[in-house]
Amino acid sequence: MKEIVVISGKGGTGKTSITAAFAMLAGTRAVIADCDVDAADMHLLLQPDFAHSEDFYSGFKAEINQELCTKCGKCKQVCRFDAVHEIDNLYSIINLDCEGCGYCAEICPVKAIQMVEQNVGKWYISKIKNNAQMVHARLGIGADNSGKLVAKVKKEAKNIAQEASKDFILVDGSPGIGCPVVSSLSGADYVIIVTEPTLPGFHDMQRVFELIQNFHLSAGCIINKYDVNEAISEKIKSFCKKNSIDIISYFPYDETFTQAMTQGKTIVEFDDGNLKKILVDSWKKIKLLTD
Amino acid sequence: MKISIASGKGGTGKTTLATNLAYLLSQKSSVILADLDVEEPNSGFFIKGKEIQEKKVFKMIPEWDKEKCILCGNCQRVCKFNAVIKLWEEVLVFNQLCHSCYACSELCPQNALPMKSYEVGKITEFEQNNLHFVEGKLNVGEEQAVPLIKETIDFTNHNYSSDILRIFDAPPGTSCPVIEATKDADYIILITEPTPFGLHDMKLAVEVMRELKKDFGVVINRYGIGNDDAIKYCEDEKIPLLGKIPNMKKAAEAYAKGELLSEVLPEIRNAFESIIENLRTWDVLL
Ligand code: SF4
Ligand code: SF4
Ligand code: SF4
Ligand code: SF4
Repeated sequence: MKEIVVISGKGGTGKTSITAAFAMLAGTRAVIADCDVDAADMHLLLQPDFAHSEDFYSGFKAEINQELCTKCGKCKQVCRFDAVHEIDNLYSIINLDCEGCGYCAEICPVKAIQMVEQNVGKWYISKIKNNAQMVHARLGIGADNSGKLVAKVKKEAKNIAQEASKDFILVDGSPGIGCPVVSSLSGADYVIIVTEPTLPGFHDMQRVFELIQNFHLSAGCIINKYDVNEAISEKIKSFCKKNSIDIISYFPYDETFTQAMTQGKTIVEFDDGNLKKILVDSWKKIKLLTD
Repeated sequence: MKISIASGKGGTGKTTLATNLAYLLSQKSSVILADLDVEEPNSGFFIKGKEIQEKKVFKMIPEWDKEKCILCGNCQRVCKFNAVIKLWEEVLVFNQLCHSCYACSELCPQNALPMKSYEVGKITEFEQNNLHFVEGKLNVGEEQAVPLIKETIDFTNHNYSSDILRIFDAPPGTSCPVIEATKDADYIILITEPTPFGLHDMKLAVEVMRELKKDFGVVINRYGIGNDDAIKYCEDEKIPLLGKIPNMKKAAEAYAKGELLSEVLPEIRNAFESIIENLRTWDVLL
């Protein structure tokens, strides 16, 4: 079983559209994991049935029991996040600022502070429209544990894939280089970077590649909208060659991506021409590269 | 006035909007543009200016003093982030996981975990006439964007008078980095694309702004692709539609090269000018 993670660094490069198309091509041999939990969109194309759902708890917030509080002010003294406020000798926690470190609860002399575990989202196991299984999630508003939720989604997908001896776990990763991406990458067998030939796109790709190198993972690259700037596309290609990143394929600038999305379809269901051909060839190549 | 530019989905034009608004507004008076998308800051490709200063940003993490430690394990017990672990005869600190709460350090009975600084990124300040540009950039390998976002905002507060207009380029998404980049703003502009992904993620962003009780309006980028569902949504929800930026392949090409769209494409400049007009109508700008 191979775990293939698709990431992009920068948003808006077509990562999710391309990953969803691969999901359709892989069929029931793959388990799909949507790890872009912060802005999960893959369900709009794959139509999961949300058959199984569970709450996800992670992290804490402090809560003061006013009946026990002796107003000694120690909690306010130790809190490094200015989350304890005192108004008219009444101590309270500003939820949004509380990091959940538990220092205040630890030192409160009368144990008036309780650390309450937070419900930060939901995760689901679904069947998608081609009968493959998909694990996905929804992060609660402003939650700060997206990395942990990503880890959970990946773990569940792995369990399913192992039990049913599937060939692939196909992961739609998160953007950026922070904790959700780090969680998306850990345990991957192969990483696909979907990029675009724009200065920001190339820059973000290089940053995310640095991260991939820290993990010693092998990687491939898909250049979307390559004709938007062919000179930068060439630079991306040389960067890939220099760093032994497999060049998987190029896609032209094509609004078919959006048209397919508008109908809730993946590109391989919508387009019978050039784009579909590139996707089919790309998926074949990825299978060979990860074999 | 502080305006944050945010979007649920990445790649919908946050940076384009932030840089063009800052540039156009700076023609008349001073503007501060702060790039708070510290994981992937991109405003600097479009705003060229003279570098004024660079400042390294540190966070505090505990450092184990083997000589003093009696291996009581209290540090591991108090850390809610599993950032310090006692393994056999050793105490290990995982720098990336540490939230700098000081609990382990101050509660160590032996003072064996003094806090020391550790570099997580940098802030660079640039100047181009009336436009002051401040960029926060996280070091690759660091996982927490929030402390650096906070530092970057503090930097603008310390270095500039509070009556100068601030425009923040916020990170994408709906989780903690976005909250940090929007919670102090007076007004939020959400930018989206008129596509199902764009609309879906905008709805999430709207929920966040409502939760934070923020005033906000919407700008539609790449208007002309996709469908009108996003506009209909704004009408139904009574969300001010501040403007539409037309979809043009030329815009994608100019963006690719790091060109400021309002300098090279008059149609697009008009769209930004009308967004500024609308912001005045809504009393966001004077
Ligand atoms: S430390 Fe405990 S008793 Fe003292 S003010 Fe805080 S909550 Fe109240
Ligand atoms: S848990 Fe930590 S961040 Fe929250 S109020 Fe207590 S000391 Fe402050
Ligand atoms: S709390 Fe201090 S003395 Fe105890 S194990 Fe940790 S470092 Fe060592
Ligand atoms: S400072 Fe806080 S977060 Fe960092 S290791 Fe110590 S207890 Fe954990």
